[in-house]
Amino acid sequence: MTHSTGSVSACLPIHSDLDLVRVRQHVRQMTAQLGFRLVEQTKLVTAASELARNALIHGGGGQMECTPVSSSGGVQGLRLVFSDQGPGIADLDQALSDGYTSGEGLGMGLGGARRLVHEFSIDSRRGVGTTVTVTSWTSRPPRPREAP
Amino acid sequence: MTGAATFPHEGHVPVLRLGGVLLVTLQGDLYDSTAEQLQQDIGATVADSAINGVVIDLSGVEVVDSFMGRVLSDVAAMTRLLAAQTVVAGMRPAVAITLVELGLTLPGLRTALNTEEALRLLGAEVSALPRAGRAHRESP
Ligand SMILES: Nc1ncnc2c1ncn2[C@@H]1O[C@H](COP(=O)(O)OP(=O)(O)O)[C@@H](O)[C@H]1O
Ligand SMILES: [Mg+2]
Repeated sequence: MTHSTGSVSACLPIHSDLDLVRVRQHVRQMTAQLGFRLVEQTKLVTAASELARNALIHGGGGQMECTPVSSSGGVQGLRLVFSDQGPGIADLDQALSDGYTSGEGLGMGLGGARRLVHEFSIDSRRGVGTTVTVTSWTSRPPRPREAP
Repeated sequence: MTGAATFPHEGHVPVLRLGGVLLVTLQGDLYDSTAEQLQQDIGATVADSAINGVVIDLSGVEVVDSFMGRVLSDVAAMTRLLAAQTVVAGMRPAVAITLVELGLTLPGLRTALNTEEALRLLGAEVSALPRAGRAHRESP
């Protein structure tokens, strides 16, 4: 269903406060270029900020890959992959539930990021690391057609 | 405005004092450390001086995530304990929509559409009540 239009357009390190700012600015710039509307830009930038901070705080640092994609119907989108080699997440359901934090956050980042994007997947292994992949489209992905 | 004094803030956060109100203008993309520092500075300023209101102008802010959301509600809670009110002014619609979907409704945070309205809100309340009475003013 989803076709990547090319290789990874950018790979940004996530090792500091400043990197979080860069991640937000990069995603803002890319979504604007691809023609995302303002609200959709803001949602994806905010989700990116949450996931990048998780990679930094909980994963001990990592990176974001940013790739423009297009659907079979020609809709433009942006895929972001956040990965770290941190401790991983033991209980994914718990981590995704609103208000759960193992640290000092609000515990809204992971579940909130999932709500803010069109597609969300997470792959985490204890002692190996965590990869979160999100994709949003310039317009909502077409729903399967209903029978007339 | 006459009598207003600006002082530079680390991370370029302009803070303006207008009588008993501290006007904090957030602009652009803040470092986490700048936001945390600002929180401490607001606390120290409110505790040290006759500040009874804090206005945080968010009109220049394009993204508020859960970290920034926590800073804002912590500032509000902290100033309340120090007998001052915090009003967040000028949040952009896209930011508000995103915050709700993120799951942050920021209860306890007072808001105004713009800085002028926030100042009026605080000014009216501040002058309407003697300082000693302000501690009991929480319930609507
Ligand atoms: N990249 C990660 N590596 C390890 N643990 C993570 C990662 N991302 C999230 N978590 C875990 O999931 C919990 C919930 O994350 P989140 O909803 O963003 O809340 P917060 O970051 O405020 O704690 C975190 O407290 C942490 O335990
Ligand atoms: Mg988080």
